[in-house]
Amino acid sequence: MLKHEQIEKNVGLLFILTLFVVLWGGLLEIVPLFFQKSTTTPVEGVKPYTAEQLAGREVYLREGCYNCHSQMIRPFRAETERYGHYSVAGEFVYDHPFQWGSKRTGPDLQRVGGRYSDEWQRAHLINPRDVVPESNMPAFAFLANTKAKDSVAADIEAKMGVMRTYANMRGIPTYSNEEIKGAKATIGDKTELDVLITYLQGLGTALSTMK
Amino acid sequence: MSDFVNDFWNMYVIVIVLGSILACAVLLIVQGKATFTPGKTMGHVWDETLEEYNNPMPKWWSWMFVITVVFALVYLALYPGLGNFKGMLNWTSVGQHTTEVQKMDAAVKPLFDKYMAMDIKAVAGDKQAMEMGKRMYLTYCMQCHGADARGAKGFPNLTNSDWQWGGEPDQIKATIAEGRMGIMPPHAQLGADTVKDLANYVRSLSGLPNDAVRTARGQEAFSSAGCIGCHGADGTGMQALGAPNLTDKVWLYGSSEAVITETITNGRQNKMPAWKDFLGDAKIHLLSAYVLSLSQGAK
Repeated sequence: MLKHEQIEKNVGLLFILTLFVVLWGGLLEIVPLFFQKSTTTPVEGVKPYTAEQLAGREVYLREGCYNCHSQMIRPFRAETERYGHYSVAGEFVYDHPFQWGSKRTGPDLQRVGGRYSDEWQRAHLINPRDVVPESNMPAFAFLANTKAKDSVAADIEAKMGVMRTYANMRGIPTYSNEEIKGAKATIGDKTELDVLITYLQGLGTALSTMK
Repeated sequence: MSDFVNDFWNMYVIVIVLGSILACAVLLIVQGKATFTPGKTMGHVWDETLEEYNNPMPKWWSWMFVITVVFALVYLALYPGLGNFKGMLNWTSVGQHTTEVQKMDAAVKPLFDKYMAMDIKAVAGDKQAMEMGKRMYLTYCMQCHGADARGAKGFPNLTNSDWQWGGEPDQIKATIAEGRMGIMPPHAQLGADTVKDLANYVRSLSGLPNDAVRTARGQEAFSSAGCIGCHGADGTGMQALGAPNLTDKVWLYGSSEAVITETITNGRQNKMPAWKDFLGDAKIHLLSAYVLSLSQGAK
């Protein structure tokens, strides 16, 4: 039997045993999730991000939107009244990594798709205070200066390839070779701002918003 | 129906959870039986004189561990946690949400029913309804139309008497429920010069300073280029198409020659989203009344 003293005086052993204790929790909290239908199958209507949406998502990640915006509507009336249907696991099967976030300086964005017009999104991203004077969100006007194909979409084919690998591991619908090959063409000369708006407008539209 | 792909995972969770709790219990029992010699140290010395006694934990502390074991077992009996076992309370987060919503809906239904039965104009005069309307406005509408409802460039001011799509109660309700799609087609094909003429004519319609020569040419172009199709021969617009009245002092995008030129050259596309699926009829009824009330008394 191991003695307290032996563990305490042997850093290697202490490390291994500590790791074991931490991993033990993971056995329950992480491993079974890979074998649950609700977390691995898309809910009806959830499709892989289009090349343009994926590029927009890249902007979302790069600019750290998740620092202030969550994409996770909890099943509380106060949230579903304001944002719409609560989030379900099957909506995030194409999100790598997911953007649930944990901080809401700004509102939740899970169902922002279609909530406002493209024109509003554009005006708001260029200078939030033009439409919402009380807003403390930074302005992202500079996104209009760069073409997506020169930055976030420069390696869009490779990104889609990785997403396809993830999807294939779960056996869910994913991109065809043609879609990956034609990705650049669908993005064309659109700016980072354009593709970000496309991403935002597609968010959370699969689940019909509840009354 | 199980959420797991097969029953192995059900057992996997149950075995690990119960096994872990059992292991904790065993550890507690074994440790509880250990004997300690009072005053004996752990046997090592730090910083020359620092030693540690090897005394048992206080009893109340040990009991807390026992309580956590009992708590875990009771919890797992009541709530879902053991694989597919639903728990004796049949609790789900979705169920909790549904109950919460139903309870609140039942509480506010009489209010909404009362206002649904009333004419929108009458609702607009009801103080309580307008308080409710204001709260909903501040949740759902202020992002575009502003907290003060005065709008922004491209987003209509709701406090004046100018209406893109009509200010009758039913029209307001239709605008909120179904949304609106406003399209001004681009007219770059007319050539920069003609567009400038048109801009001057449009400015003259609402009494803004303009170049008389250009205005005269613009007036002609106003009919020949088809502007009258939507804005009418007199420029007063057509609410059925969402074509703005050009003779008033209200400008959605701005009244400077430069902005009007931009509007004519590139056209404008504007969209009011449809809210009927999200908000439902009762809330839209109240909101319509609130929007109507905003412009009451406006000239």
